[in-house]
Amino acid sequence: MSTVRRRLGPASLTTATWVIAILFVFPLIWMVITAFKQEADAYTDPPRIAFTPTLDQFASIFERGFLPYLGNSAFVTVLSTLIVLALGVPAAYALSLAPVPKTSNVLGFFLSTKMLPIVAAIIPLYVISQRTQLLDNVWALVILYTAMNLPLAIWMMRSFFLEVPTEMIEAGRVDGASLPTLLYRVILPVVAPGIAATALICVIFSWTEFFYAVNLTAARAGTVPVFLVGFITSEGLYWAQLSAAALLASLPVMIVGWIAQNHLVRGLSMGAVK
Amino acid sequence: MTAVAPTVDSGQKVEAKPEKRKGTGAWARRAPLLPALLFTIVVTQIPFILTVVYSFQSWNLVRPGSQHFVGFGNYVDVFADSQFRGAMLNTVVLTVVCVLVALLLGLGLALLLDRKFLGRGVVRTLLITPFLILPAAGALLWKTTMFDPTYGLLNFVFGGETDWLSEFPLGSVMAQVVWQWTPFMMLLILAGLQSQPKDVLEAAQVDGAGRWRTFASITLPHLSRYLQLSVLLGAIYIVNSFDAIFLMTQGGPGTASTNLPYYIYQRAFQGFDIGQSSAMGVIVVILTLIVATFALRLMFRAFDVSKGVVK
Repeated sequence: MSTVRRRLGPASLTTATWVIAILFVFPLIWMVITAFKQEADAYTDPPRIAFTPTLDQFASIFERGFLPYLGNSAFVTVLSTLIVLALGVPAAYALSLAPVPKTSNVLGFFLSTKMLPIVAAIIPLYVISQRTQLLDNVWALVILYTAMNLPLAIWMMRSFFLEVPTEMIEAGRVDGASLPTLLYRVILPVVAPGIAATALICVIFSWTEFFYAVNLTAARAGTVPVFLVGFITSEGLYWAQLSAAALLASLPVMIVGWIAQNHLVRGLSMGAVK
Repeated sequence: MTAVAPTVDSGQKVEAKPEKRKGTGAWARRAPLLPALLFTIVVTQIPFILTVVYSFQSWNLVRPGSQHFVGFGNYVDVFADSQFRGAMLNTVVLTVVCVLVALLLGLGLALLLDRKFLGRGVVRTLLITPFLILPAAGALLWKTTMFDPTYGLLNFVFGGETDWLSEFPLGSVMAQVVWQWTPFMMLLILAGLQSQPKDVLEAAQVDGAGRWRTFASITLPHLSRYLQLSVLLGAIYIVNSFDAIFLMTQGGPGTASTNLPYYIYQRAFQGFDIGQSSAMGVIVVILTLIVATFALRLMFRAFDVSKGVVK
């Protein structure tokens, strides 16, 4: 640390960091600017910096029927996350604090399902959905997103359970606390931030999921990413509207992620961080 | 940090026993696990079994009644298909290059952020945002505002009239994927950097170790499990890349940027050839399993899973 500091000085290193960060997110900054432009200002050569901001594009997104897609995304994301937690938290408990036999095999199985390529499942999933009337149905996505996030959630939750100090559990036991009391009074408070982190990761991956959504839904059950695909036919023609749609579609997850940054880090590192 | 897990684990053996005695036996211990296990088995394994079944059939969705058993016919066709090999090569290049570049950029950004400076929180917030936007939005955004030959910012900055998406299709897709995944790598590595015991770093300084020496012999070894985790998780998602290719290049021009997920999708949903695309799926699964076995071993070593767990 010291040599670089002596050579560059902290001020110039800070400036460099800021410049790099702004360059890195410039496509996003440009998206936000474009979302407030009229179409005529959106694609000009050279790019236009001075313009009169407008909310027209956001209005036309809703006219194009954005709301049902938003509703589907919210429904699928919230419900699948809740189911992941309902299935995953007890499973992680059984794989950590009260470990079942062959724990590492079970953990390996869960992780291996994440490594199998999604493409290899899409054809049967399409056929099954078609025959069970689940094609273009939000419930198909709820089930699939639950299966998609469950393995990661179990791995994450397991490492949070492992952080519960055993002395606390033993002390509770000596005091004659029952298992439900122990769970509620001792274990839950310690793992609660872990549950939040896990939920956050599930929300992000469900909200942004594209492959299942595009192949198994259409107008009725389409989620927000499917709405964006509608712009591909009119490529280059509605840049401002596209930017507004991209911004609106990403905003919920962006805000949640910004607020819960620290949870995000802990969740991503599967509790490897103390 | 690393010492924590085994200690906790060895304690568990002790505390796990009374529960066994108190509960109604082994099934009571398994009960919390079973719903998740059953759900995962049903939802993930049935489709794969069906993929295998379909892969031995000639079946085209547009011709009803065309479904019949053909043995290994589909596999023979797939191996003879040069486009399949091209797509496989593209997948490997895309995954390896994107994971490595995103890892290095992520490491660089994490090192820049691992200091106290004015606006550090804001800079971190900015830098994680590409990971939080919809990949579909990111792909369309890069396609239009960055890569457009006439109005794109890249040509505005560097001059010229390059049509990035047709001249460098795979490179353009990779640029977008790297941009999307660098924040993910950065966050993980930053978590690793900040969990370094400060006293060890100070001791190194007292001993007169320079910055690079300290980095190479203390920081890097400490980071290794975080780097492994970044590579593993990044690779799992990038191998399956579909959004960027579907939205930016449609696999083109020709098949220049077609990867396996996109190629299988094309054969299934545009060619309606269920048999052949299933055979491709099976081949991809087998290849992935070979790589994954290796990756799983890494993962288990990094997390010490086998140690201290009740056998």
